Amino acid sequence: MVTKKHDEIIKAESKDLDFFYADGTQALKKVNLPVYENKITALIGPSGCGKSTFLRSFNRMHDLYTGNRYDGEIVLHPDNTNVLDAKVDPIEVRMRISMVFQKPNPFPKSIYENVAYGLRVRGENNERTLDDKVEEALKGASLWDEVKDRLQDLAFNLSGGQQQRLCIARALATEPEIMLFDEPTSALDPIATVNIEELMSGLKERLSILIVTHNMQQAARISDYTAYMYLGELIEHDATDTIFTNPSKKETEDYITGKFG
Amino acid sequence: MNQNQKTSDSKDLDVIRSLIKKHKRNDFIFAGVGMLVIASLTITLLILFLDLVLDGYPRFTLDFFSNFPSRKALQAGILSAWIGSALVLLVTFVVAVPLGVAAGVYLEEYAKKNWISDLIEINVSNLAGVPSIIYGLLALGLFVYSFGLGQSILTAGLTLALLMLPIVIVATRESIRAIPVHIREAAFAVGATKWQVVLNHVLPYSYGGILTGVIIGMARAIGETAPVITIGALTFIAFLPPAPISTEIPFLNFDWLEAAFTVLPIQMFNWISRPQHAFHVNAAATGAVIILLTAAMNGFAIRLRYKIRKKIKW
Repeated sequence: MVTKKHDEIIKAESKDLDFFYADGTQALKKVNLPVYENKITALIGPSGCGKSTFLRSFNRMHDLYTGNRYDGEIVLHPDNTNVLDAKVDPIEVRMRISMVFQKPNPFPKSIYENVAYGLRVRGENNERTLDDKVEEALKGASLWDEVKDRLQDLAFNLSGGQQQRLCIARALATEPEIMLFDEPTSALDPIATVNIEELMSGLKERLSILIVTHNMQQAARISDYTAYMYLGELIEHDATDTIFTNPSKKETEDYITGKFG
Repeated sequence: MNQNQKTSDSKDLDVIRSLIKKHKRNDFIFAGVGMLVIASLTITLLILFLDLVLDGYPRFTLDFFSNFPSRKALQAGILSAWIGSALVLLVTFVVAVPLGVAAGVYLEEYAKKNWISDLIEINVSNLAGVPSIIYGLLALGLFVYSFGLGQSILTAGLTLALLMLPIVIVATRESIRAIPVHIREAAFAVGATKWQVVLNHVLPYSYGGILTGVIIGMARAIGETAPVITIGALTFIAFLPPAPISTEIPFLNFDWLEAAFTVLPIQMFNWISRPQHAFHVNAAATGAVIILLTAAMNGFAIRLRYKIRKKIKW
């Protein structure tokens, strides 16, 4: 039923994923969703539908708070690691899957140290390697030209859009396999939003992207696949063109045409 | 018709305007009362301080700081007292800061949130309010008799450290809590462990608040009299503890920890209880010194907090 080309490789997939918050509310119900390699997969749906909860399961962010519980699997290929397995260290997962948040959240440190932090955490102390990787990551996030002369400035002195690109550079520096974006442009102005969208389209050459957005136009513009979620369930998942022009479910059509949401 | 509309509109406007006027009057009244309260507090403190300064004024000489206490009021000074206070505070600082910060970090970052941590939290807050003489009694039993530390600078420093500990713990926890969740999550998201997050983020971003708490705690400790009397500080002491720095290797000397001592508030207390008026002048001068020290420490804490807050904005 899902229209996809034959040559798509699955990078990760959730299998019957349930998620329960500490207070017992079930935020995800049997979600099955693949994330294709070098593609952008967008999650859309009304507020509270569980799309952010789903995204944050991929790097085990829920583990930071006690009482949260997962059921089911998120399998990471090609090594078939179930990242939700209690035996798999969440730190290891976060070293492979990085994340960009809704609000730009640079550390109150220099631009350089922000980008270098992920590498330092991995024990990289060689200044030349760090210099090279920081430059590469900043270039990858199209920020290098704007900051190359003031790498030691505090990150807070950058504009909102620049801060978000800095956060992308920080997530990029460690060469992750998958990058998660949690509504990365919702706090930004239209011009900064366009920058980030172009950036993401370029990034998918190097990694796989899963993005949560409540801006349907954004999903239509940048993603290859789109999944529509409602009340913790995955309603429909298909190639973005199909979802937006010819959805197979009535609920999806209602949401996309604005009858609901 | 049109005319009618207008009059009814302006009537509504009148109602709104009189309402705003009424509400603004409340503003004005509250601001006035607040100002009165603040003014009366500040003025009372100022009068007290001025009174001390005027009484003690004749004794503000270099000799006063460099003389030992004496039977002759005019030759008596606070040398042994201020050095004693400084050394006791040094011990307090060295003991209370690492313990308090570590406890605060543990409670905030590592401890599971359950009824035990709630119990500890209530206890820590309670400790901050326990009368200081209780600490003195505890120290007398524990440090002086059980541990055999004697009536020494070490005992006094440990006692005041106990007194200061809850202040440091509470300050640490509060400044850690002020770090926004999204910064913390950002650090975890790149693969940092808890310890890396604490070391690279939590402590660097909260040390301004922690330091403020430490200084305020020290300012409290410097004026404490009851616990230090309880453990048996001397009221008249005409010698100094052994110097902490020596000219021989290893250049540090810890004999002073075991030395007998006195501190500023005890010296003041001692002079007040003398019948001769000349000693009361000395007491007033000592009081002024203590208040100045406390004010200087608090002022430094406020300045520090202001400076650090300017650098880190969430």
